[in-house]
Amino acid sequence: MTARPSRRTLIGSLGATAGSLLVAGCDKITASPRGQSILGVGEKLTYAAQRIVSDRRALAPEYSASDMSPIFRANGNSNPATAEYDAHVASNFADWRLAVDGMVARPLLLSLEEIRRAPHRTQITRHDCVEGWSAIGRWTGIPLGLLLRHAGLSGNARYIVFHCADFSGGRPYYESIDLIDAFHPQTILAWGMNGQTLGVAHGAPLRLRVERQLGYKQAKYVMRVQAVPRLTDIHGGKGGYWEDAVGYQWYAGI
Amino acid sequence: MNALSVFIMLMSGLMIFNAHPHLYWGQFGANPDHSWLDITPGRVRIGPLHIPTPGILGVTPPHGRFVAFPPWATIPSHYDLAGSRKWHFLFAWLLVVPGVCFWMWGFAFRHFRADLAPRVRELGPRHLWHDIKAHARLRFPTGEAALRYNILQKMAYCSVIFVLLPGIILTGLTMSPGMDAAWPWLLDVFGGRASARSIHFICAMGIAFFILVHLVMVVLAGPFNEIRSMVTGRYRLPKGDGE
Repeated sequence: MTARPSRRTLIGSLGATAGSLLVAGCDKITASPRGQSILGVGEKLTYAAQRIVSDRRALAPEYSASDMSPIFRANGNSNPATAEYDAHVASNFADWRLAVDGMVARPLLLSLEEIRRAPHRTQITRHDCVEGWSAIGRWTGIPLGLLLRHAGLSGNARYIVFHCADFSGGRPYYESIDLIDAFHPQTILAWGMNGQTLGVAHGAPLRLRVERQLGYKQAKYVMRVQAVPRLTDIHGGKGGYWEDAVGYQWYAGI
Repeated sequence: MNALSVFIMLMSGLMIFNAHPHLYWGQFGANPDHSWLDITPGRVRIGPLHIPTPGILGVTPPHGRFVAFPPWATIPSHYDLAGSRKWHFLFAWLLVVPGVCFWMWGFAFRHFRADLAPRVRELGPRHLWHDIKAHARLRFPTGEAALRYNILQKMAYCSVIFVLLPGIILTGLTMSPGMDAAWPWLLDVFGGRASARSIHFICAMGIAFFILVHLVMVVLAGPFNEIRSMVTGRYRLPKGDGE
């Protein structure tokens, strides 16, 4: 027996070494703040490119009733389970109010009844989770643009923030979108799902639908809609719970 | 650089897959729906086929959560969907832009037509069978014939350049809700987002298989001469038996 490695073993082990170096290097880059900012370039390119190739009012595909998922998976928090929220559920959201404030001329405080009486839009759309699964459901709600116009959105506002009733790991859930998506015709605050009143598992009484983005942008249990000039002052500063907590991209069109 | 990017794409893609190790056909697909592929602890199911894969696929690394593809095959190595998506989408830009340029260059300067398009004679069953036999016995072309791409090589390269790469890019775009609004025809081409995700995965496996075979062939055919020729275009003609 000779101790000299054969050419094939040598090449094989060289490959394995290169592979583990690649993985270790990538792990190191992922863990460093500098690496994160370089990796973040991809998100900026995607955001810009999608805004360029897509008409601002281009609609997400809408499906027919026969295309709907037989069971729509409830994901994330399925019940905020705070004392305040439980009281709202018990009273069927009779005393619940949606606040619309921030950079608006006329801050609003609306009951669920008032919201349901307003003009609404119904759409059968696909919900795409960042994890890779998708489900098709029917959503009914008030167009967000209508609400913002009614409140008199300031010309200096740049983002719309959605504050929610649920918490994850002690932190409140929130999300935000730009004004292009805020005024998109399919962007609604939904109070109905699959022909029924929106249930607790899917975000009762009100859930955001922003159909050209992924599932974590579809904030459930929306309590307050706030117009802001920038996102850096809000919670972790990255524009959403998941963005702050684990670094999901703020622009989730891909 | 390109090879590195391809490995980063494949390995970050496997981590993204780990977030939901199930594949479906159709417009939608989630846990309550009928999947055609699942990776569960120590087991892969493809349709009716159950394949035990203990320690290889469907593993729980120490101090980690369950993953379909093991840490040595993924970027990042620990479960991190946010991180893997950032790697995947940045390198998608780095690969797709030069890739599309190569495509246009290949057509404009007739590299594809001159060197890759199979000749009618080569597609005859006799010729094909002869080449397959020669490859299976690891007898490679010698002399002048080694300078041209042989028919099996041409078919492999064509399927990568004209099927797998365009397929993987377009199915990648189909999974984007933003792109589905911009280009709704993507969904019609691939039969829905869940189908596009399945086809994306199959194309990735096809590319991984091509790389594996390609590397084995280069090693068997003499790595030094082959790699020099890929980079510089200079190629020393291998001598045939009895020459």
